Parts: sequence; structure tokens; C-alpha cells
Amino acid sequence: MTILITHLFLQQYWWIIVSLLASLLVFLMFVQGGQSFIFSLPENDNQKTLIVNAMGRKWEFTFTTLVTFGGAFFASFPLFYATSFGGAYWVWIAILFSFIIQAVAYEFRSKPDNILGKKTFDIFLFINGSLGPLLIGTAVATFFTGAMFTLNNENQVHWETKWYGLEALLDIRNIALGLAVLFLARVNGLLYFVNTIDDESLRKRSVKRVTWNAIPFLVSFLFFIVAILLSDGLVVDPATGIVSIEKYRYFHTFLRMPFVLIIFLIGVITVLYGIGVTIIKGGIKGIWCSGSGTVITVFALFMIAGISGNPFYPSLFDLQSSLTITNASSSQFTLKTMMFVSFMIPFILGYIWYAWKAINNTKMTEAEMNSEDHKY
Amino acid sequence: MIENVDLSVVDWSRAQFALTAIYHWLFVPLTLGLSFILAIMETIYVRTGNEEWKRITRFWMTLFGINFAIGVATGIILEFEFGTNWSNYSWFVGDIFGAPLAVEGILAFFLESTFVAVMFFGWNKVSKKFHLVSTWLVAIGANLSALWILVANGWMQNPVGMTFNPEAARNEMVSFWAVLFNQVAVDKFLHTISSGFLLASMFVLSISCWFLLKKREALLAKRSILVAGIFGLLSSLMVAYTGDESARTIAKVQPVKFGAMEALYEGKDNAGLIAIGLLKDSDNSIGKTKEKEFIFKIEIPGLLSVLTGGNRDAYVPGIRDHVLGNQEKEILSVMEKREKGIFARNVLTDYQRADLFKDKEQVANIKEVFRSKEFNDEYFRYFGYATINSPEEVIPNVPIAFYSFHLMVILGFSFIMLFALSIHLLFKGTIEKNRWFLWIAFFALPLPYVASELGWILVEMGRQPWIIQDLMTVTKGVSNITSGSVITTFILFAVLFTVLLVSEISIMVKQIKIGPKH
Repeated sequence: MTILITHLFLQQYWWIIVSLLASLLVFLMFVQGGQSFIFSLPENDNQKTLIVNAMGRKWEFTFTTLVTFGGAFFASFPLFYATSFGGAYWVWIAILFSFIIQAVAYEFRSKPDNILGKKTFDIFLFINGSLGPLLIGTAVATFFTGAMFTLNNENQVHWETKWYGLEALLDIRNIALGLAVLFLARVNGLLYFVNTIDDESLRKRSVKRVTWNAIPFLVSFLFFIVAILLSDGLVVDPATGIVSIEKYRYFHTFLRMPFVLIIFLIGVITVLYGIGVTIIKGGIKGIWCSGSGTVITVFALFMIAGISGNPFYPSLFDLQSSLTITNASSSQFTLKTMMFVSFMIPFILGYIWYAWKAINNTKMTEAEMNSEDHKY
Repeated sequence: MIENVDLSVVDWSRAQFALTAIYHWLFVPLTLGLSFILAIMETIYVRTGNEEWKRITRFWMTLFGINFAIGVATGIILEFEFGTNWSNYSWFVGDIFGAPLAVEGILAFFLESTFVAVMFFGWNKVSKKFHLVSTWLVAIGANLSALWILVANGWMQNPVGMTFNPEAARNEMVSFWAVLFNQVAVDKFLHTISSGFLLASMFVLSISCWFLLKKREALLAKRSILVAGIFGLLSSLMVAYTGDESARTIAKVQPVKFGAMEALYEGKDNAGLIAIGLLKDSDNSIGKTKEKEFIFKIEIPGLLSVLTGGNRDAYVPGIRDHVLGNQEKEILSVMEKREKGIFARNVLTDYQRADLFKDKEQVANIKEVFRSKEFNDEYFRYFGYATINSPEEVIPNVPIAFYSFHLMVILGFSFIMLFALSIHLLFKGTIEKNRWFLWIAFFALPLPYVASELGWILVEMGRQPWIIQDLMTVTKGVSNITSGSVITTFILFAVLFTVLLVSEISIMVKQIKIGPKH
């Protein structure tokens, strides 16, 4: 079978790659979720050291995935990069701020002569852990709910409110997805503690909190999904490129793409299974079910946003300015060139897996922390 | 184009990007170089089995970790600031500029971040060889990431391998290899990484000399000086060579920047190279007599002509030639280029009008025009000049370019002598007795940082007013946001980065004072 490498094929291919990176990012935000428990979960300093180091050995993966997600979006859909980053300025700046303070917090927190004090860096970790997922979830929700921008005939963006992105916080659906991502990150963080740390007291406390974080996750996630399915959506006429409004557009999209609906449901069920198996049976491998379920669910949502022929970044101010994977993408040549680079991704995932296993081959214990030279 | 650009947004956006870049560049060169020094030291440990080398490696690795984290933190801002503050630029060049950034993330960042975890936490978890491989992969990953961002930067200085698409109103890549092997990018990559190696070598040399001054950790210090001295000497020679290559390339592709670097207002045959000079009230206005250019200078006669043209009789054009033109030397004036730029822009306007009125034949014809070599060579290459209002606008700040270049070069040559001397004294066995040298080497620690920052100041300030050489000015690349927003974030970044820098230095100094673990 010959695959015709058309521009549309490459646009869809790169949307899939970007979606995959976004999915992995949401899963890897278990690091942020774990950080949000820095003050509430541990009973003593030893336990705090354990959870900080459990997260600290993985923070770079999340950070790198975020940077690569940004880079891949820039390269494959530069008009989104220019429009959203240059318009929704304050949302992205707030996200960036929450990540700057994380990057240094692990390395600096326990070093002597740290002028800001350990507590300050722990607060940094807490802020990043709470605000990061909340804001990223809120920003991603605008892929469905839209934003207030127009583009001129040279594709230069003009933001139509003086809030430069902060107006997204006024839409309850955006907040709902933000909360869903936050509580999912917290659940995954807890499941990761259960899987990685050998401390019975910490394990019990983590399992107990899984329930209390899974409930708000489910409520906010279901609210977002139902609200989106019942909302109007934008649709692009493939022949003319004209954008119009259609009632229940996302509901119709799910029905038109049953395969995506099925993987979406599989993803949600897998997340719930990972949570359930930990709460009910006391299993320690829930993170792998919940994590893979997270990747599948987020991936399906991105498919609905971009591959379906819907604009993936609707303009609420001027429908015709809305961004689709066809009008926002790079040229065929650039996408094709980068496709060859993307063939390295399985190899990269392979070495990440190998290195991850090498470091996580035994559970973290208090004894290990006491003997570890490089600890946070 | 968006008209009525608020110039304070441009200035504050430039200030914010400069602030972030300057802070970022305080940390990155050390990561580039120290990662290789660690790999060399660990290789010696694995090959000899000598535990002292392991201890030495782990000491420098602790300092590497402190520096690495803050480099990562500032780096993420730079990437996203292209979108937040320079959104019009991001669209105009995203098809080309974005690709190296994506490749950087996929190929380099994951390599670096995956194996840095093994490097820090894997000492007791993986085999010696796996650990050593991880350390080397961190070094390779860090330097690979430098490659891709420098390819992107090189393209801004010398846009190649692309064509303009009037339909999307942007530049599109037509040759990945032309972008990757752009002469500016190649020069820039080699010069930048070698300067990082040099800086890291000085870091190790200076701190080792401090240990010797304090009569502590003599074995660690001497072994570290051995590695840093040799690595530093080779790097500083490479810096000199690649710097010379870079200057030659700049003379060809950014001649006004080159003129500013040398403060060469008037073109001449048998042009001398200014070794040291003090400028006299030089400003951007053209027409001042050349006698007023310098208060004092030491010049090597004819050398500039030899370096740029191959012989003493070669004519080296000055700033005046490039601004007012020189018919005899076939150099166009700014206003001539402006005419050509306006012509190219009018063709684009014709395209947009034809597109609006659905005139398919005209649309197809104009698309062909944009693809033609003649149009690109004769007109589109001056596209950005359409927005230039007066000839002097294309002249960067000459004193900044001149002083940053010359100080950098002077410092560069002094590093060669310092590293050579360190090796000489070490092999002679008298390094501890020569306390004057230990003090000099210790106080030399900030100098490579100064030289490195001066290099970037030259590159970026010397590029003004262009965000993409000859195609787009910084004024046209900025996001359409309020200056209040940018001022607020500038202040927030300035405060945060400064606090983190002070914290980092404090932690680093303490770790050095504590010394290696026994």
C-alpha cells in the first residue's frame, strides 16, 4: 500500500504527533500533582524527602515534554503559536512563571546557604504543582471553547480583549477542564508514590487521598465533557473554507468518528480502573493503568479538536479567523522534513524507558535517602 | 501589516528578550563545557579505576547540577517568548525557525534530560560503563541542543534556503540542508560551543587555583587543572580560529555589522585592523570626517584588507558605502534598496488585491513571480527595506558593536596565554609556589562570562534594526500587545532572575567552600 504524502496527510500526521506530546505531558504532570501534596501528605521530614526525591528524579521529563510540545507546535502549526502565545499573553506567561520556579526548586531547596530558605522552594514546588496543571488545562480547553482574536490578511493577530487571555478564566468550561487536569495530576501523583516509595504509612495516606481527589476529577471532567457535547461548535466547509456554527458539533463529531469515541471511552475506563484497583484492592501498579488511560483520553480529545475538520482554535470574535490544521500549519516541505526527524521518536521512547527502569529498579526507601549523595 | 506599532512595546520586548538571553547565557556555556570535562574525568576514572578521579568527577558534578537547573529554567522562557513577544515574527519565519526548535526538543533535550537523571542518581544503580555512557550522552545532548538553536539564530542573521509564499505571507523552507549548513550557523555553532568549553575550563581552573591558595585538596586541584588546562588551551585556540572565520563571514553577509565592529565609517584599500582603540563621539550620522573617529588607536596596517579580501590592496567597504552607496564598487545605497523593497511589497499588495477579487489568473502569475530567481535576487531580498524611513536607521550602535567586539577579542587572546601558562607551571611542578599565578587565575573566573556575553551583545545589537537580516525589522516582528503588559513581565522576570541568580551564586560558593566529599 502506498501512502500519498500530501500536505493534508502531513498536517494530520503532525497533529497526531503534537497530540501525542500533549497526552504524554498530561500524564507526566503526575510530577506536578505529587508536588501539590508537599505540605499535606508527609507526616515528617523523612517522608517529605522521599516524596520530593520521587518527583525530583522525574521533573525533567515533564519539563522537556512541555518544551518539546511548544517547539513542535511552533514548527508544525506556527500560526497557532503566533496567535495564542502572542494574544493570550498572560495565561502563557503565568504558565511559564510556574515552571521557572519549579526548575530550580529541586536542586536548590536543601542546599546550604540557600538564601531563600527551604520553605520558599517548597512553596515554589506547591505553586507549580497546583497552578501548572490548572492553567495548562484551562488553556487547552480553549481549543474547544475558543478565544477572542482576529487575524488580518497577513495572518497577524489582534486580541480583542484587554485581558490578553485571562478572559478564559471567565468560562466555567475552561475552569472545569483546568480542575480536571489538576485533580487528575494529583491522583496520578499519589498513584506514583504508591508505586515508587517503600513506606507503609505514606502508602496508606496516599491511597486514602486518591479517593478524595478522584471525585473532584470525575465531577469536573464529566462537567467539561457534557458541556462541550451540548455546546455549539464551529465547522469548516472543506470546499470553501468558510467557518460556520453548528449545534452539538462535538457530539456529532464523536458520532462521525466512532473509533475516536471508542478509544476515548477505553481511556476513561482505564483511568478509572487504575484508580479503582488502588483504592479497592490496594494494588501498587495503578499508575500504569491510570497513566496509559490518561494518555489515551487526552489523545482522543485532541483528535476531536483537530483531526475532525473542526477548527482546533476557534475565534469567538471572527469565525473566519479560526485556526484549523490546514490554515495554521507549516509548508508541506517543512512538515515532510520534520516527519523524518519524528521517526526517531520510538527510539527516544525506548531509551527513556530503559533509563527510567534503570533508576526505578528498586523502590525508594528512607535508608536509600540517608545514603544518597545527590538528593533534594 | 499592523500599522501604528507602539514603539515602547518594541523597546520593552527587546529589553525583556535581552534580559532573558543574558541571564540564560550566564548558565548555558558552563553546562556545555563542564559536561565534557565531567565526561573526560569520569572516563579517566573508569579506565584507571582510581577512586580519587571518581571523587573529583562527583565534586564538579555537584556544581554542574546547581548550574544546570537554572539554565533550564531560563531556557524555557526564551523559547516561548518568540511567541508571546514576537508573534508577527513567529508567523513570518515559523516555517523555518520552528523546525530547528522542534528538532532540538526531539533529538537533544530528551537525550540530555533522560541521561542527566542517570548521571546524578545512577552511581549506585547502574554499571560503571552505563554511567559513563550517560555522562557522555548528557554532554552530547547539551551541545546538540546548542546546535539547533544556533541554526535558528544563524538563519536570522543570514536567511537562506527559503522562498516567500504570498498566500500565507510568510517565508517557507525549501532546503533543510541550506538552513542547517548556513555558513553563519556553522561558524556560530563552532564558536559558541568552543567558547563554552573555554568558560568551563576557566571555571575549573579558577576554583582549583583557589583550593591551592587555601592549601586544600591539592591532588584534586592539580588533576582538575590538568584536565581544564589542556581542554581550555585547545578550546581557546579553537575560539580564536572560529572567531576569525565568523568575522570573515559577517563581512560578507552583514557588512554594516562588520563596519560597526571595526568602526570603519569610510571604506578604504589597505585597511588596517584596529587592535585597540578609543572612539571619539562616534554616532550614527553619516558625513562626519574620518579624523574624528578615534581619540587613540593601535592599528595593524593592511591586515583588515588581507583578512577580508585576501590581499593588502583589497577594498574594505565602510558603513558610509553601505548607507549612501558606492557605484564604483557596485554597492547599493539604503534608499536604492528601499525602492526595491517597496517594489517587492507592492507586488505582494497586488497579490492580496487579486486574491480578494478572486482573480485566479493574476494570483497564479504573481505566485510565479515570487518563485522566480530574478525577483528574489533583485527585489525580495530587500523586502524589509520598504519599512526603512531614513538611511541611518540601518546602522547599529557603533560604540557598542566596536567595544564589545574588541574587548571580547582581547580577552580571548589572554585566555590562551593563561591556559598555556597553567599547563607549563603544572608540568614544571611549581604551580603551587607561583601564588601570583593562582591569584590571577582565580580572579580571571568572571572574564570568560564577560567575553561570552559581549559576543552575544555584538551579534544581536550589531544585527539591529533587523530581526531577520534585510527582510524584517524588529519593529514589524513584535506582538500586538500593550507596553504595560510587557513592562510588568519585564519587571517580574528581572526580579525573579536576579533573586535566583543570587541564590545560585550563594549555593555554589558554599558548595565550593565545603569541597569534595570524603
